[in-house]
Amino acid sequence: MIAEFAAQAGLAYAFVEREVALMKRYWLWEVVWIIYGIVTSLSVAFIGIAAPAISGNAVDPATTSRFVLYLLVGTIAWRFMGLVFENIAEIIAWERWEGTIEYTFMAPVPRLTHLAGMAGGTIVRAVVFSVTTLFAVMLFIPVDLSHANALSAIVMLAVGTVAFMGLGIASAVFPLIWTEKGLQMAYIVQAVVLLVSGVYYPTSVLPGWLQLLSVVSPATYVIEGMRRALLDGADLASLWPLVWPALLVGLLSIPIGLRAFVAAERYAKRTGRLKRSG
Amino acid sequence: MAIAVRDDIGPPTVRTSRPALRAQGIVKCFRSSGKDVRAVDDVSLAVSRGEIYALLGANGSGKSTLIRVFSTLLEADAGTVTVFGLDIRADELAVKRLINRVSVEASFFKKLSAMENLVYAGRLYGVPAADARTRSREILIRLGITRSRHDEPLEKLSRGMQQKVAIARAFLTSPSLLLLDEPTTGLDIRSKREVQTFVRDLRDEHDATILLTTHDLDEAERLADRVGVLHGGKLVAEGTPSELIARYGGRGSLEDVFMTITGRKIEEADKADDEAGSEPASEG
Repeated sequence: MIAEFAAQAGLAYAFVEREVALMKRYWLWEVVWIIYGIVTSLSVAFIGIAAPAISGNAVDPATTSRFVLYLLVGTIAWRFMGLVFENIAEIIAWERWEGTIEYTFMAPVPRLTHLAGMAGGTIVRAVVFSVTTLFAVMLFIPVDLSHANALSAIVMLAVGTVAFMGLGIASAVFPLIWTEKGLQMAYIVQAVVLLVSGVYYPTSVLPGWLQLLSVVSPATYVIEGMRRALLDGADLASLWPLVWPALLVGLLSIPIGLRAFVAAERYAKRTGRLKRSG
Repeated sequence: MAIAVRDDIGPPTVRTSRPALRAQGIVKCFRSSGKDVRAVDDVSLAVSRGEIYALLGANGSGKSTLIRVFSTLLEADAGTVTVFGLDIRADELAVKRLINRVSVEASFFKKLSAMENLVYAGRLYGVPAADARTRSREILIRLGITRSRHDEPLEKLSRGMQQKVAIARAFLTSPSLLLLDEPTTGLDIRSKREVQTFVRDLRDEHDATILLTTHDLDEAERLADRVGVLHGGKLVAEGTPSELIARYGGRGSLEDVFMTITGRKIEEADKADDEAGSEPASEG
């Protein structure tokens, strides 16, 4: 049992090592994406700073500072979970682009191990991006983290990562079935989740029918939980009502996504789509 | 030391035992321009352990489709395939551990070096990284790729070198059954001969079974213990090169055999298929 787990961990590590090596080789791309992330986060944060000017009302500095942190938590948490989602959803498209899809899918690696390895590589990338973004933003804008409960925030983000891995695996099915338009379909899923999850505003401002969607989005709970942790110092016990729904989505979406992926792989093998040109 | 190219790479060596690969009644259709096209049409064949079996056919004859079925990348519409007695569908993971494939297009992460690609491949097949590095260096040097090129991004290596790295990768994992899909297409004559010699030597040294597809008649004659001729998705002839020549070859070459069986030269068949340009053609 332990030997088998170690063997699977060794196989999964192949993908982590490969992703890290690719990050080094495509370092200029990574720099571009990090700069893009920093600029986006700063732009959103400046909206918070500009709140008095935009509204035409005087806003006290403490409220402005809270508003800035509210927006920053949303944008950086979304960036982290978005990267997890994108990198996993792009597994098929990326391997097609590199021309390696056939070799990877011929390898004697269980699909769960393959996807777990890819998720591992993705988490390394997302952590590097998010931490860099946070520190870069703090160079430009004063961020008040004096009330923050870091442990609660990290746990919320970890739960969100699990949930977004499941959503990413399920969305990676699209490029397997629709070779040309599949990836765009995955991006639509991501866009809808962004809209309904309260990344930049409370979900209460959404129309009623969109609020229904926000209930099933794990990002809704993760971002709200991270805000309570970082703005108000909420502990894990008080965050449990937000932890379990996100955890539930993750625990359901990973096995469901994996089953969908395996079924789509079978379909791709029947129809000749499991190849570099699609 | 780089591999020494030999003009005479020895006579065919058929080693009979239980089949390494057995395919029965394989059918694969693709939908093209609104109609079903049979890329592979009821093909049955068996390859013995230690044998080099060449599937000979023009572009679009079904060679690559068949090899993709054998390599678990494509599911046949009908028929069964076993590898060392294991069913390719029911025992897919176990079969994958026994096989490896070299395709006509080198399938690599081009920004990574030959060594990084090979270590990654080794890990996927359970070869520890240190072992993979040592063995990769040996194989690459034997294939004539100097040490200084091992850590260069693959995109900087020539097409011939990339194909040699692909072959090194396949042998690194010590496959019991190696599937070579037109491994020397696009290589210059010297690289082609080096690869052919390497394939034969490694079969002899590692007891690997090799199924290769080619439309190079000379390659089939030089390398293969047995040859199967695919035409229009059907296996229309099979035997040792000398058997086929005795049976079909008027002037004593596989070219004559192909001409007699299909009614045209292989180059003409390739050209006709390229002009047709149908989707199944790209499969085969």
